[in-house]
Amino acid sequence: MNGTTIQAPTIEYALLSPMLLVFGAAIIGVLVEAFAPRYLRKSIHVPLTLLALVGAFVTTILTALNGLPTVAAAMGAVAVDGPSLFIWGVILILAFICTLLINDDDQFVAQAAAVPGSVDEEEAVRHGYAQTEVYPLMLFSVGGMLLFAASNDLLVMFVALEVMSLPLYLLCGLARRRRLLSQEASVKYFLLGAFSSAFFLYGMALVYGYAGSVDLKTISTAISSVSGQEPLLLIGTAMLGVGLLFKIGAAPFQAWKPDVYQGAPTAVTALMASTVLVAAFGAVLRVFWVALGGYEWNWQPLMWGVAILTMIVGAILAITQTDIKRMLAYSSIAHGGFLLTGVIAIGTIKQDQQALSAILFYLAAYGFTTVGAFAVVTMVRDAGGEAGHLSRWAGLGKRSPVLAGIFAFFLLAFAGIPLTSGFFAKYAVFAAAISGGALPLVIVGAVSSAIAAFFYVRVIVLMFFSEPAADGPTIAAPTVGTSAVVALAAAATVVLGVFPQPVLDLADQAASALFIR
Amino acid sequence: MTTHYLVLSALLFAIGAVGVLVRRNAIVVFMCVELMLNACNLAFVTFARQHGNLDGQIIAFFVMVVAAAEVVIGLAIIVMIFRTRRSASVDDANLLKY
Repeated sequence: MNGTTIQAPTIEYALLSPMLLVFGAAIIGVLVEAFAPRYLRKSIHVPLTLLALVGAFVTTILTALNGLPTVAAAMGAVAVDGPSLFIWGVILILAFICTLLINDDDQFVAQAAAVPGSVDEEEAVRHGYAQTEVYPLMLFSVGGMLLFAASNDLLVMFVALEVMSLPLYLLCGLARRRRLLSQEASVKYFLLGAFSSAFFLYGMALVYGYAGSVDLKTISTAISSVSGQEPLLLIGTAMLGVGLLFKIGAAPFQAWKPDVYQGAPTAVTALMASTVLVAAFGAVLRVFWVALGGYEWNWQPLMWGVAILTMIVGAILAITQTDIKRMLAYSSIAHGGFLLTGVIAIGTIKQDQQALSAILFYLAAYGFTTVGAFAVVTMVRDAGGEAGHLSRWAGLGKRSPVLAGIFAFFLLAFAGIPLTSGFFAKYAVFAAAISGGALPLVIVGAVSSAIAAFFYVRVIVLMFFSEPAADGPTIAAPTVGTSAVVALAAAATVVLGVFPQPVLDLADQAASALFIR
Repeated sequence: MTTHYLVLSALLFAIGAVGVLVRRNAIVVFMCVELMLNACNLAFVTFARQHGNLDGQIIAFFVMVVAAAEVVIGLAIIVMIFRTRRSASVDDANLLKY
């Protein structure tokens, strides 16, 4: 460490190229904002964003085909391994779909700096301004997600957490309609997010104090060799857990989720509900399996409590909701709980592989379905924008049978009905949890799935068996982007429900070598 | 020797955390978050001294940069809601509930 010659670090640019592409495109996006004339910006941003995401996806595939590396890249800071590549692929596809949704319609404010209802705002709308910063912000956030799921070092993980979250705080506040709600969501998300990342950071400091390093591998070896510093590790683990579980929206830390999901522009909600959950679970697995894998006897009991609470809170509070986006938020909390049962199912290598592959499949299946559901929400409108209140959805099946049918299908997939992707996802995670000895958790999971199925079915009944209100919401004529998103999501939900084998195999393959250290 | 610094950092962190929970002005809440981040920095530097390696000191620099970025985003959001509502109180922002 104190030598006089400093060796330049080696960086495997090829392995990191998906992230570099996304970040590079984001920086170009910032330059476009600075130099391109206003009327050109959107037509530059959209292809740039889509191309960057496709390029990153292609390089991810190429990396996977070239054979997985056995050591972490960038001097042990970033682990490009099977799970990382699978998660990257899922995040990039979902981000691509969300870009279509973001691009599709004027859901974003004309000028964020103009006070709602002011003359400035009227003028901005009249001039047809658009806050095109949305695209680079989204790319920065996606880049952060890629890094978050692949970080092999707590410092990199913290920086990635912030790079992922900071743009999202801003994106939440940019809704075009109901701006007060949107701004409030932004403030709440920001303050609570900053609070939770401070906990993550203090946990990181304590773990560093225990192990003398923030490298996940060094921490895992320190657990078996360092003695007498147990309190540091214990409190550090708990605080790291608080920071990470907040991002998932697990139960004692779920309060932000319904508010933020309801207030944010629906396209951004779709992005948060799908990609952020995927990335956050990647990070949770890395911290709790790679770094703290030898410490499972201490974190498992707490995680049991969190998982049970999350499933029950998500399922029961969803019943009482009257807003469709809040209901979907609580459903996402419950799904976070189901996924946590997979995180707890750690054990032998074979057991780990089964649980990891189940979690990866679940993340992919849930991500597609949730993007589709939020895409449908953007299409049901009344005079003030989207018709969020559930009573407005009454009789939708009579006005627009196709749309209501697709939405009902997504809800059934959330509930885990056979022949939808949700069934195989839940089955795989619960099977892994049973063989990991977490049978009580699976029983709680099954019960809360049944409770959750009740409110999904309630929405379906409301849509198909109630009389439509006389002044009910209109269905926005589906534009190319939104209908493509809905079609893609529905297709993914069907395919993963009827022929899940290829994706299951892919997840198995990604999980076969577990995480590299 | 380093114990005193760790106790101080834990105290600062606790003061920040309590402040976030009890204060009502978004700016003050945010300042309390910054206090928590600085408490983390103190802990990192202390542990770096204790372990005799530089990792903790370098991490402290990263944390400062992240905190600066967070200030930019945070103040933008808080100013935005203040201009709309003429108030930065987190109690007034109560449209989203149940």
